[in-house]
Amino acid sequence: MTNLFGKLGAAALYQFDQIGRMGVFLVLVVVNIFKPPYKLAPILKQIYIIGSKSLFVIVFTGAFTGMVLALQGYHTLSKVGVEGILGSFVSLGIIRELGPVLAALMVTGRAGSAICAEIGIMRISEQIDALECMAIDPHKFVIAPKFVAGIISMPLLTAIYDVVGIFCGYLVGVKMLGGNEGSFWSSMYSNVGMEDIQMGLLKPLCFGLLIIWISSAKGFYVHMTKGGGFGAEGVSNVTTSAVVLSSVSILVFNYLVTSFLL
Amino acid sequence: MSAVIELIDVRKSYGSQEVLKGVNLSIDEGKTTVIVGGSGQGKSQIIKHSLGLISPDSGQVKVFGQDINNISKKDLRKIRMEFGVLFQNSALFDSMTVYDNVALPLRERTKFPESKIKGIVEERLELMDVVGSNDKYPAQISGGMKKRVGLARALVLDPKIIFFDEPTTGLDVAKSNEIYRAFFRTQAQLKYTAVIVSHDVPKIFKLADYVALLYNGVMQSCITPEEFQLSDDPAVKEFVEKTMGSLYSSEVEEII
Amino acid sequence: MKKFTIETGVGIFIVAGLLSLGYLSVNLGGMNLFGSEQYKVKASFENVSGLKEGASVEIAGVPVGKVIKIDLQDYEASVEMMIDPEVKLQEDVIASIRTQGIIGDKYVKIKTGGADEFIDSDGEILETESALELEELISKYIFEKE
Repeated sequence: MTNLFGKLGAAALYQFDQIGRMGVFLVLVVVNIFKPPYKLAPILKQIYIIGSKSLFVIVFTGAFTGMVLALQGYHTLSKVGVEGILGSFVSLGIIRELGPVLAALMVTGRAGSAICAEIGIMRISEQIDALECMAIDPHKFVIAPKFVAGIISMPLLTAIYDVVGIFCGYLVGVKMLGGNEGSFWSSMYSNVGMEDIQMGLLKPLCFGLLIIWISSAKGFYVHMTKGGGFGAEGVSNVTTSAVVLSSVSILVFNYLVTSFLL
Repeated sequence: MSAVIELIDVRKSYGSQEVLKGVNLSIDEGKTTVIVGGSGQGKSQIIKHSLGLISPDSGQVKVFGQDINNISKKDLRKIRMEFGVLFQNSALFDSMTVYDNVALPLRERTKFPESKIKGIVEERLELMDVVGSNDKYPAQISGGMKKRVGLARALVLDPKIIFFDEPTTGLDVAKSNEIYRAFFRTQAQLKYTAVIVSHDVPKIFKLADYVALLYNGVMQSCITPEEFQLSDDPAVKEFVEKTMGSLYSSEVEEII
Repeated sequence: MKKFTIETGVGIFIVAGLLSLGYLSVNLGGMNLFGSEQYKVKASFENVSGLKEGASVEIAGVPVGKVIKIDLQDYEASVEMMIDPEVKLQEDVIASIRTQGIIGDKYVKIKTGGADEFIDSDGEILETESALELEELISKYIFEKE
C-alpha cells in the first residue's frame, strides 16, 4: 500500500520536475533571443528548414482540405437550398479552425520531430556539452534561432494554407460542382471579417511557439528523461513523445484560444 | 608547482547508485595526469565535474582556486575559456564543415576579423595534419581525423587546460599513435596542462607525468607511472596485473 | 551553391507567405492599408433584433459601409456605422433595418432624402425604421383575419 503511494508520489514529482525544467528552458531561450549579438544567418537557415521545406506538404494538405470542405459543404448546404453561402462556409472553416490546426499538425510532423531528433542527437553525442565547454550558450546558439524561425514561419505557412485551401474550395465548389461564382466570393467577402483573420493568425503564433518549445526541450533534456537516457533509443523515445505532446497541446490550445476570442 | 584543478571529497549518485564516493584529486599545472580505471567506474564523470557540466551532490570542485559550483555564470564562462575538451566521440557539429567547426570558438568568443580567424584555423589544422578537408562534413571523414579535428578545435583558443576523454578509443594502433604524436607535438609547443581519461594501458603511461586510478568510486592513488607499476596498493596492483598481465600469462602458456 | 538554394528557398517561402497574408488581411479582412477615410454616423432604433456588428449598410442595394458598434442607450438601440467618404448622406435620410431574403442576414438600408445639408462625421440619422419581425407580421396577419 505504501509502495503504491510512493510510486504515485514519485510519478507526480517526476512530472513536476519535467514541467519545471521546460518552463526554465523557455525562459532561458526567450532571454537569449533578446540578448545580443543578433545573427541573421542561423535564423534564415532555420526558416528554410521549418518553413520552406514544409511548403509542399502545406500546399498539398491545404488543397485537399479546401476541396473536401467544398464537396461536403455543397452537398449539405444544397439540401436546405443555401449553397450560396458555400464561400463563407469554406473560408471561415479554414481561416478560423482547420488552417491553423492542420498546418500546425503538419509542421509538428515535419519539423518538430526533426528538431527534437537533431537536438537529442546533439545532446547524446556531447555536442551540447562541447558548446558549453567553449563557453557558448546552447540556448542562444542552437535553440534561439529555431524559436524565432518557428514564430515567423508558422503564420506565413498558415496564410499560404488558407489561401490555397480557399482557392481549391472554389475550384471544387464552383468549377466542378457548378455553384454560383458570384455568391461564392461575395458570401466570403461579406462574412469574413478582420477578427477572423486576427484569430487565424494569433493561433499559428501560439502553435509555432508550442511546437518548437516542446520539440527542442524534449530533445535538449533527453539525458534526464525516464526511459530516455543516452543512445539512439532514447532519442527515438523523446521524439515520439514530443510529437504526441505537441499535437495534443495544439488541439487543447486551439480550443482555449477559440473560447477566449469568441 | 600549484594545483589548477582540485576535487575535494566529491560525491555523486544516480538514483540509488553512488558512482563517485568521495573523490580527491589534484591536477598540477603544466603536467599530464592520466586517469585510468575499469569501464563504468565514472572516469568521464570526473572530467564532467571538472568542467562544471555536472555538479556534485557534495564536495567541492575548485578550478584556479575557485569553487566552480558557487560562482556566477559569467565567471564560469571565463574559466571555461581556459578549457579545451576533446570528447569521446569528438562532438564535432554535424551541420558544420571541418573548417567551421574549428573556427566556431573564435567566431563566437572573440572579435577577430575573419582573415585572422582563417590564419589561426589553418595553422591549427596543419599542426594536426588535417589538410585539404576544410569543406568536408564530420560524417565524411574518418574517426581518427575527427579526433584530430576535435583536438584542433580544443586548441584553437590557446587553452591552459585540455581534457581528453578517451582520445584513442575506437581507433587502430596506427591511428592512436597519430593522436599521441599530435598530443606530444602540441603540448611541447603550447605547454598546456592535460587531463587524460584512457583505457590504453600501458601505452598511455609514456605520456603521463602522473597516473590516477579510479576504483570503486574513489581515487586510489595519484603517482608517477613508474611508481604506479610497482605499487603495493592492492587495487593498483590488481589493475596493473589485469591490464598488463595478459602478456605474461600467454608467455607462460607458450613455455608449457 | 548550397547557400544559394537556402536563400532562394527562404525567399520563395517568405514572398508566398506575405502575399497570402496580404490577400487575407486586405481583401478578406477588409483592412484599409491607407488609413480609414470612412466617416462615422449614428442612428437610434427602437428595435434592431438580428442586426450584427459588421453588417453592411446599403443605399439602393449598393454597399456603402459597415455597422461597427451596437449598444443600448436610453432603452433604444444605438447603432454606429462607418460610411464610405464618397457617399454623402442628406440630413433627412431614413435608415431602416431590413432582411436579405426571408431568412437572410439583417442589414441597414438607407433611403436617400432631398435636403441640401449633409450629415457631418459623427453626426446622427434622425429618422429610423425598426426591424420588421417576421413573427410580429404573421401574428398581426392572423389577428386581423379573425
